[in-house]
Amino acid sequence: MPAIECTGLTKTYSVGLKKHVALDHLDFQVQEGEVFGFLGPNGAGKTTTIKLLLGLIQPTSGAATIFGHPSHTATARARVGFLPESPYFYDHLTATEFLAFCGRLFGLTSVAIHDATLRLLKQVGLEEAAHTPLRKFSKGMLQRIGIAQALINDPQLVILDEPMSGLDPIGRKDCRDLILQLKQAGKTICFSSHIIPDVEMICDHIAILVKGKLIRMGRVEEILDAHQETLEALFIRETQT
Amino acid sequence: MMRQIGAIAFNTFKGAVHERLFYNLLIFAIVMVTGSILVASLTLGEQSKIIMDMGLASHNLFGMLIAVFLGTGLISGEIERRTIHTVLSKPVGRTTFLMGKYAGLLLTLFTNTVAITATLYVVLALHPKIDPYVKGDMLTYVEPRLLLAIYMTFLELMLLSAVALLFSTFTTATLATVFSLSTYAIGHLSGTIMTMSSKRVSLATRLLVQGVHYLFPNFSQFDIKNQVVHGVAVTPAYFGYTTGYAILYLTLLLLIASTIFSRRDLG
Ligand SMILES: Nc1ncnc2c1ncn2[C@@H]1O[C@H](COP(=O)(O)OP(=O)(O)OP(=O)(O)O)[C@@H](O)[C@H]1O
Ligand SMILES: [Mg+2]
Repeated sequence: MPAIECTGLTKTYSVGLKKHVALDHLDFQVQEGEVFGFLGPNGAGKTTTIKLLLGLIQPTSGAATIFGHPSHTATARARVGFLPESPYFYDHLTATEFLAFCGRLFGLTSVAIHDATLRLLKQVGLEEAAHTPLRKFSKGMLQRIGIAQALINDPQLVILDEPMSGLDPIGRKDCRDLILQLKQAGKTICFSSHIIPDVEMICDHIAILVKGKLIRMGRVEEILDAHQETLEALFIRETQT
Repeated sequence: MMRQIGAIAFNTFKGAVHERLFYNLLIFAIVMVTGSILVASLTLGEQSKIIMDMGLASHNLFGMLIAVFLGTGLISGEIERRTIHTVLSKPVGRTTFLMGKYAGLLLTLFTNTVAITATLYVVLALHPKIDPYVKGDMLTYVEPRLLLAIYMTFLELMLLSAVALLFSTFTTATLATVFSLSTYAIGHLSGTIMTMSSKRVSLATRLLVQGVHYLFPNFSQFDIKNQVVHGVAVTPAYFGYTTGYAILYLTLLLLIASTIFSRRDLG
């Protein structure tokens, strides 16, 4: 069973009287254990796809499933971790309180929450900010706590919307390492990014989205072998035409 | 699901007490209740009635302000700040989320009610000690029936919160506030207007007024403040009827809110 499956996924927004097709009949699958990179210029529809997968918005037509569960159901999200784009969290909570809140939403026990909190804060380098209110967090620190909350339930599938944005070079490297660790632990990772060298380094599969349409999808090596150029050069060439 | 509702409710409550609006209103209400002792000491006789009047009115007024101003931001605030994405991307149903937000607002209102009630009773108990013209000891003016009026006002606030929450599921905080305040005003006045307009207006107008009266929540029936302060009896049947009315009506509102919210895009 694929971790993610989209069939004919379409989303139209009405802007005033006009209709704007943000996603146009998207078909793709992400298999279990893959690191799947989602590329595309600004406004291509990456965030829209992710919101559809998580049931935050409803498709105009088509459907998406997560481990076979329709994406609008709560059960579909039980084994998923999600980092939103430019995340913003409850700023009256401290980092520890926020992770505890997230853990409770997954139905974790207090002991499990306590252990996961210690481990994750260490993993994302926020041990010293454990009791700092989130309103005092910098952009990069919010991104880090966002990654930590996405992993609180030990998810099988991790969906990250621009996980590297706002991170310093060390943070970016840590994030890449983390994704590879998750892959080693048998998890499926699907993330969007504008940082193509990172994508080239860690993904096995990619999809390129332009104006709501998939223009290319496949294994990274195969795409690179077929074109004899860097992913970055290919991306720029293909998204501009 | 109950644990999720609990977590969301408690988090909502925590967020509310961190808001300047809430504790400013609470402090203001407590100042009003305490200050009633001064107003009372300016008059002769029946000081305790003035204190009770002002205390119950403060509870009603500030509770109303909290229910409307926090209630209308419950959902729209989470959407604007995008905090809702973090919660609803977890295995949390939309209705569960809504119930958690509602329970959190009720928890906030309950805290407010407890603080005001406690202050009111302390002021009533102390005022014979402070004002040399008042006779009696500490327990003379501690009127247990105040709790009945407070209970009724709390029912009213529960219903008003559901109104605010419903508006919050489909419009901005500002519009939801305007709608909620209008609903509150109409729900308070429609009964009076209906009795006044009984005979001398056209049938069409009368039907319209009646329609409005039965459609909008009837908020005025929760007001038993005068009866309590002046020692007029209120029948148990009336409490039963009003409680049933509030619960039925708010359940209906929450069902509609849940239906609207379940279909909504949170983009
Ligand atoms: N709520 C909305 N209402 C109307 N249009 C929207 C809405 N959300 C997104 N869009 C439009 O849908 C298109 C896709 O947006 P989306 O956010 O998915 O892009 P993206 O690929 O994530 O871009 P970026 O790289 O900038 O994050 C854009 O044209 C955007 O203007
Ligand atoms: Mg995006």
